[in-house]
Amino acid sequence: MTTENNAGTHALDARAAFEYAPAPESRAVVDIKSSYGLFVNGEFTDATEGRSFKTVSPATEEVLAEVAEASAEDVDRAVKAARRAYTKVWSTMPGRERAKYLFRIARIIQERSRELAVLESLDNGKPIRESRDVDVPLVASWFFYYAGWADKLEYAGLSTAESGPPKPLGVAAQVIPWNFPLMMLAWKIAPALAAGNTVVLKPAETTPLTALLFAEICQQADLPPGVVNIVTGAGETGRALVAHEDVDKVAFTGSTDVGKQIARAVAGTDKRVTLELGGKAANIVFDDAPVDQAVEGIVDGIFFNQGHVCCAGSRLLVQESVAEDVLERLKRRMGTLRVGDPLDKNSDIGAINSLEQLKRIRELSDVGDAEGAERWTAACDLPTKGFWFPPTIFTGVTQAHRIAREEIFGPVLSVLTFRTPAEAVEKANNTPFGLSAGVWTDKGSRILWMADKLRAGVVWANTFNRFDPASPFGGYKESGYGREGGRHGLEAYVR
Amino acid sequence: MTPPADARLDVRKTYKLYVGGGFPRSESGRSYEVHDAKGRFVANAAYASRKDARDAVAAARKAFGGWSSRTPYNRGQVLYRIAEVLEGRRVQFVEEVGFSEGLGKRQAEAAVDQSIDRLVWYAGWADKIAQVVGGANPVAGPYFNFSMPDPSGVVAVIAPQQSSLLGLVSVVAPVIVTGNTCVVTSSHERPVPAITFSEVLATSDVPGGVVNVLTGRLADTVPTLASHMDVNAIDLTGAAGDLDHARELEVAAAENLKRVVRAPATEPDWSVEPGIERMTAFLETKTVWHPIGI
Amino acid sequence: MLSTRSIKTTAKEFAIDLAIQMVDLTTLEGQDTPGKVRALSAKAMRPDPEDPTCPQVAAVCVYPDMVAVAKETLGSSGVHVASVATAFPSGRAALDVKLADTRDAVEAGADEIDMVIDRGAFLCGRYLEVFEQIVAVREACARPDGSAAHLKVIFETGELQTYDNVRRVSWLAMMAGADFIKTSTGKVQPAATMPVTLVMLEAVRDFRAATGRMIGVKPAGGIRTSKDAIKYLVMVNEVAGTDWLDPAWFRFGASTLLNDLLMQRTKMKTGRYSGPDYFTLD
Repeated sequence: MTTENNAGTHALDARAAFEYAPAPESRAVVDIKSSYGLFVNGEFTDATEGRSFKTVSPATEEVLAEVAEASAEDVDRAVKAARRAYTKVWSTMPGRERAKYLFRIARIIQERSRELAVLESLDNGKPIRESRDVDVPLVASWFFYYAGWADKLEYAGLSTAESGPPKPLGVAAQVIPWNFPLMMLAWKIAPALAAGNTVVLKPAETTPLTALLFAEICQQADLPPGVVNIVTGAGETGRALVAHEDVDKVAFTGSTDVGKQIARAVAGTDKRVTLELGGKAANIVFDDAPVDQAVEGIVDGIFFNQGHVCCAGSRLLVQESVAEDVLERLKRRMGTLRVGDPLDKNSDIGAINSLEQLKRIRELSDVGDAEGAERWTAACDLPTKGFWFPPTIFTGVTQAHRIAREEIFGPVLSVLTFRTPAEAVEKANNTPFGLSAGVWTDKGSRILWMADKLRAGVVWANTFNRFDPASPFGGYKESGYGREGGRHGLEAYVR
Repeated sequence: MTPPADARLDVRKTYKLYVGGGFPRSESGRSYEVHDAKGRFVANAAYASRKDARDAVAAARKAFGGWSSRTPYNRGQVLYRIAEVLEGRRVQFVEEVGFSEGLGKRQAEAAVDQSIDRLVWYAGWADKIAQVVGGANPVAGPYFNFSMPDPSGVVAVIAPQQSSLLGLVSVVAPVIVTGNTCVVTSSHERPVPAITFSEVLATSDVPGGVVNVLTGRLADTVPTLASHMDVNAIDLTGAAGDLDHARELEVAAAENLKRVVRAPATEPDWSVEPGIERMTAFLETKTVWHPIGI
Repeated sequence: MLSTRSIKTTAKEFAIDLAIQMVDLTTLEGQDTPGKVRALSAKAMRPDPEDPTCPQVAAVCVYPDMVAVAKETLGSSGVHVASVATAFPSGRAALDVKLADTRDAVEAGADEIDMVIDRGAFLCGRYLEVFEQIVAVREACARPDGSAAHLKVIFETGELQTYDNVRRVSWLAMMAGADFIKTSTGKVQPAATMPVTLVMLEAVRDFRAATGRMIGVKPAGGIRTSKDAIKYLVMVNEVAGTDWLDPAWFRFGASTLLNDLLMQRTKMKTGRYSGPDYFTLD
């Protein structure tokens, strides 16, 4: 009896010893105001019509702040401020001076990185591990990278026969999504400013807070007023901004549907456009792939940022001969994923960004059930408050399932099989999208063959979801046009 | 009026379309009279219909895989071959460009010579553009990362209305040299050089379907091309000056997010040496990552 | 002459949907795997996943060893499983083997059996042998519960060559108890052609007049475009009659035809020509 008890205690101890303690990041590092105005001409101002909306923490549904909703009139004010700043200050300032402002911003971002990361995780729901280790460092690096271009534009190989060395376009209207609020801001603002443009940026209505903190950083950096303007609001605000007559450039990241609306709205104008839209990336696993490494890549591909990633590897194409083995290992690995409090450093997967998005994920998953695909979810306890969806895979999926064709934008993986490399390519390309793709194989020549045949803007071979300011990113076909990152990203902001 | 007894009656030509490497009649079965700059009858040209446009897109799509997989060196050779064959037909083109555009002999010769030279210029780009717009990217991590240009796919090209050969060559060559295939609508009133150019293509080493040429009214084919979901990009240069129409076409093109080269207010001066923008407009950038390790 | 008839737009919409419902979606390759067959079966049930108004196809046509996989995927969807049998495509095997092949497919759950005739026997005049083989296979189609799998008899008209042969074999098969007569395996060129199908349609029409029994017709192989399919339907209507404009009595054996029908269907709905990216390639 005693012996049994002891044995039991030991077993418990062993388990308990490897229980992770809650490791929440302190909220105290960030000071959230109860309400925020619009950032126009270097100052925070009220919206003219006095409307506002609330932004909540998706993990708890707690209201974080009231945020001003910009009307068409506010948008006009912001564009005018940007135009003034463009004409009077920014376009005439020597490149090396612009560069120093951008370097200064980059430094402040590094210095305030913890604050930015916590605020990002609070407002967006993504795990602090990601905002701290991926998003914010990339944001700083984006500003550092483009800062360096500001005084070297004539060496970028972008001179044209007609107009000579590259010149800025003017005022850029930039509309960004909620999945990487600060990172998308950096992707938009850094190259625009480096090339000598001024910007009016609209963050997504569910994640405005880090953009507003970025506005404070602009003040802190003494950036001339009007060079960066932030207007918060929803679809109406975005439409007013894109349609504004005095805008020279439109840059948008978001859904393919809205991208098409923008393409129609700018038709017949002189506005330059770049669109970074949806995807349904194939992540292709061959029979000779290092399986455990591939499984990590599959997990990274679809569960990174709760699958709220336009380039997510949402279609797993696995060679039929190894499908069972890969799935078994994938399920085992999914069992170790920790879903929960975004501010807990041990969380791998955070909250779904909004109730609306959660409904869409549920709806499409139900379609998967109805179409006869087999749903599998790792056992995990979800918090009772907030918006949550467990990591999920559907097996027995084919191209004739809606969950293999439509972007779910959540932690839901569709698993398909293929027989030969040619069939893998055919299935991977059999979509109106063309943003990204993944290839897992040990054979170098096959990687290059696949990379050549895949109709996608980014091909990750034996890795997935890697980003870098020096690396061009953007899609083929209905995933949009134009590239962000690298010398190519600069091209979108000069003529 | 009875012709004199010793006069020879000329053989009047009814031209056809150029689709998939063949010369089919228009599906509409209709044709129109083409006149020279002075209003004299020249020939009958085919009215392409929307079904011809559809067939041309299908032919271009079919040709895309093979053409885009050719080595750049090979595509350069093929373009150079077009220049050679065009040179061989120089006299014919001088005459046709002359009567089509109402140019004197010397002007027509200049236009034809520039067309040939432009083909040679673009031919040389085939195996150079990738190094100019692509390259290795120095990312902050143990990854080998490179970017390379890749053709957008099937491109619809509205060729210039005024410049019947030089304009046509200047919009077609940059599209195909990088591996795209195309459907071109020729100048409506001046189609003859485009038709003869089709014959040049058919007797060069250009695979069938890489270039497809439709004659007729733009209104019959261009809206179909602009809204076609299997066309990846559209060059509206030939709609120069008709900006309302160009806007409508751009709206239709948004349905599958075609890459669009907008119509200019007036037709460009084609004698100016072009930059690389007409090529890059129809190129995607593909970026490939691979870990570095032992 | 019939192939140049043009039909009204509304009739065309009807014809395209009907043609989709007549498709026997086929994969008969050495490289077939359960994954491939599952993918094809999913497509059979939802040819256009984004459009719930799009009808299902008639059947999925596979080799006998893939019947169980197809059956499991298709479940109670109403899409039939057709299996080729009798040493498809050549038919060069002993009768016992052919019968075992057939029973296998029926036991695995095949709703329809597509058998090949012994063209060698037919071409050297051993008609009775061909007849008796069809009768024997027909018996092998019987299930324990008294029902039977539908029997389609493939002639491989590309090997029989003459229209006289096609007419003769049509009557022979119908008299031997075929439920359907089918032009080709898809493995021999030429496969289905309009004239051959015309002869077969005349045969089923005359057979019904003579016996009162209705037999189905299935052209297979080489029908790739909506335009072709509609030409066939016009011919069915004019030659055999409206009764045959029904998936129970007329089928297309095809794989690539389906996507063309879907693209044409989308064109009629949206006014825009579509492309292969918008339809599944399974």
